[in-house]
Amino acid sequence: MSGERLLTIKNLSVTFGGLHALKDLNFHVDEGEIVSVIGPNGAGKTTFFNMISGMVTPTAGDIIFRGESLLGLDPNQVTARGIARTFQNVRLFANMTILENVMVAQHCRTKQGLWGSLFNTASFKKEEEEIREWGEHVLGFFGSRLIGYRLEQPASVLSYANRRRLEIARSMATKPTVILLDEPVAGMNPKETEELTGLIGKLRSEWGFTIVMIEHDMKVVRDVSDRVVVLDHGETIAQGSYEEVSTNPEVIEAYLGRPAEEAS
Amino acid sequence: MSATMEPTSDLLGARGPLDQDWRKVINYGLLTALVLMFISLANMPVGLDSRKIIEPLLSMGYISLLWVPAALGYAVTSEKVLEGMVAHKKGARELVAGLIVGLIGGGGLGLLIVLIDNFDLRDPLVNWSPQLLALLTFDEGIGYGVGFWLMAGAALGLFGGAAHVVSATVRKVVAAAILWILAFSVFETVISDISEGIQLEWLADELYYVRGGLSQQGAVGVAVVGILFALFGREHVREAKQSFQSLEGEKRTRANAIMLGSCVVATIVLPMVLGRITNELLANVGLFVLLALGLNIVVGLAGILDLGYVAFFAVGGYTTAILTSSNRGESWPDWMPHTHWFVALIVVVVFAALSGLFIGAPVIRMRGDYLAIVTLGFGEIIRLLFLSDWLGGFTGGAQGVTNIPGVDLGFVEVKGTDPRAIFYLVAVFCAFAIYVSWRLEKSRIGRAWMAIREDESVAEAMGINTVNAKLLAFVVGAVLAAFSGAIFAAKVGSVFPTSFIILVSIVILVVVIVGGMGNIYGVIAGAAVLIGVLGGPKQPGLLAEFSEFKLLIYGALLIWMMLKRPEGLVPNVRRSRELHQEEFLQDAWLKGHVDTDDQDELGDEGGVAPA
Repeated sequence: MSGERLLTIKNLSVTFGGLHALKDLNFHVDEGEIVSVIGPNGAGKTTFFNMISGMVTPTAGDIIFRGESLLGLDPNQVTARGIARTFQNVRLFANMTILENVMVAQHCRTKQGLWGSLFNTASFKKEEEEIREWGEHVLGFFGSRLIGYRLEQPASVLSYANRRRLEIARSMATKPTVILLDEPVAGMNPKETEELTGLIGKLRSEWGFTIVMIEHDMKVVRDVSDRVVVLDHGETIAQGSYEEVSTNPEVIEAYLGRPAEEAS
Repeated sequence: MSATMEPTSDLLGARGPLDQDWRKVINYGLLTALVLMFISLANMPVGLDSRKIIEPLLSMGYISLLWVPAALGYAVTSEKVLEGMVAHKKGARELVAGLIVGLIGGGGLGLLIVLIDNFDLRDPLVNWSPQLLALLTFDEGIGYGVGFWLMAGAALGLFGGAAHVVSATVRKVVAAAILWILAFSVFETVISDISEGIQLEWLADELYYVRGGLSQQGAVGVAVVGILFALFGREHVREAKQSFQSLEGEKRTRANAIMLGSCVVATIVLPMVLGRITNELLANVGLFVLLALGLNIVVGLAGILDLGYVAFFAVGGYTTAILTSSNRGESWPDWMPHTHWFVALIVVVVFAALSGLFIGAPVIRMRGDYLAIVTLGFGEIIRLLFLSDWLGGFTGGAQGVTNIPGVDLGFVEVKGTDPRAIFYLVAVFCAFAIYVSWRLEKSRIGRAWMAIREDESVAEAMGINTVNAKLLAFVVGAVLAAFSGAIFAAKVGSVFPTSFIILVSIVILVVVIVGGMGNIYGVIAGAAVLIGVLGGPKQPGLLAEFSEFKLLIYGALLIWMMLKRPEGLVPNVRRSRELHQEEFLQDAWLKGHVDTDDQDELGDEGGVAPA
């Protein structure tokens, strides 16, 4: 199933003051993989995402995407290279319409500037049309929930689950290779979770995206991931299939603590 | 849901006249007294007395006092009725509260009269003057003055309270009469100009007293027309507006084109029937519309709070001045040509864009408050550079650059002595600015700006090069401001560093905020109201007597707007959504536009279409 190596992370470390948010992390993703990153709160999962997407600069190590280092790139350049992300605490452009949210995400894939906008040139119109079409196309991935009369509504009227869906649609709109999903099903009810789990699978099978996902819901992790990476205190403590990881004593310890007789 | 939708059906009974929130009533009364004293000591009654509303009954000076008890007498019993709350029936309670508020307020003014009569505090308070005393007592003695203000305060407070009690029709009639009289008085110059321009001098002669102010029969006439309009005309206007808004597709496009056409025609025809002073006023409004449209792109669309915007206005003004004037600084080499205004304009665009980049590059990576402070500094730096000895040989230092010629169009020279021509020139540039704002707002660039305004880090994570996008906003804004500066130089004929003080930046920002940030119509409305009626930093408005109090009124207006209508006079849809998120969501929920997760549990893929 796995194709060529897409993303390699070598000895990545970051310190905030004296705190090691991530320590000597090694990680890789192959094309077409779905990799889950799990770990207790404060393990450094979101920092890990922020580092890949360029929002935090690592203190040591390297991030290599398709053979080129991403270090020193701005977040927009990382997105332009093909890595899109969603946010743990949904961060939509709440006062822009649903359609605008996915249209604006195509910024780095389009190029019309001042001239085209001012004179409404043919290429400007064509590009606007394409942006719109692609936007509606990615929104259509979630059935009829985000299209139709909703297109022109502000994102703030959406329900929580739909905001999460719109965030995923927005990351898809950037035409990425890899999508980083930060807790995609947090706050969803079981039925919605189940549905979204299916959709995450489709993101790979139908759209060809490679997915790295942070998730706390173990059922989702089990159902979709090819590989699971467990972080604790900024370090990788286990890697492998869900079955391997879930029986690993170190992982159990990180989540549940040490058995009583050993701890005392 | 629908049970609570009829707010009038089940009111709670009226409360007794003495069942008051006494603390609130007393507070409002004291507030009234304080405001009245403050206004008096700020010299507004005396300073504005020369401006008559109705000759000889009422002047702007008295208006500055009279509105206070009425407004606060009304406000003391206003309550916000939210969805699902039931309002009390209005009655004697409201009247009593208004009366007490007015009475305390009038008492405050009476106290001031007694104090002024007995003590001399003229040293710290320059307006503690016999003129004020004479004005407040009508030259009839202290007892008369105190008695008058007590009674007037009580009556006005009662009047304010009564606004809650009377029927909607009565309220409409009274409000219409007052508003129309005030409007006709404020727009006196414009109206008499127009009536002269269309050969109807007799109308102006009937309406207005020779030295200003509505005549008594004029006031009655205006009030009657206003009332008739409120009772019979307004419905038609509303219907017309609704039918206009309900138009769709091709019809809507055509209706819009007609509206646009009539605006253009009005812009062309109106100055022809107006006189010099009014045209001068329009030209000033135009200059500020141009500035405000530019700032609107920076602040309203991209969300960059630029407090040094005047810098670009100055760059435009000085560049034009130096290139066209015959009396520029001595240090320029002889081969530097004296160019035509339009040639200078090209250089202005280049220089404005460069200065936008130059100022923008260092500040653009900052955010929020830091950015605002730094731009504030840069605005001053530019002015001080023009003022400095270092560049004095080039910019004339404090003497500025004079002898700037007008714009020679071949058949006519557009210059300050012909405000009508200046207005047309400004109008052309305003039209350009409106076009630019309108096109950019709904383009890829405009969307990027909006995203940056909403959440800059997410915008960047979504692939927007925020540095470039923000710089572009800065440059576009800078070029529009520089256009305004170029016209300003040709209009005034000279530029001095004092023309570009920080106050100009602030006034432009106030215009944008009061008008409605992010909305082109709002910005134009803001400029018309603030610059046209109150006046710009140095330009008199329709109420020329207000110049002394302009900043006071700007400040008061700004505070009031922030509290009551933060989205501005003509709001941008998104911005008012942002500021009234809760109301908006509640509204959307009532209309069935907000989706809930329930439908997903039912397996309903489509959601409910709006009713």
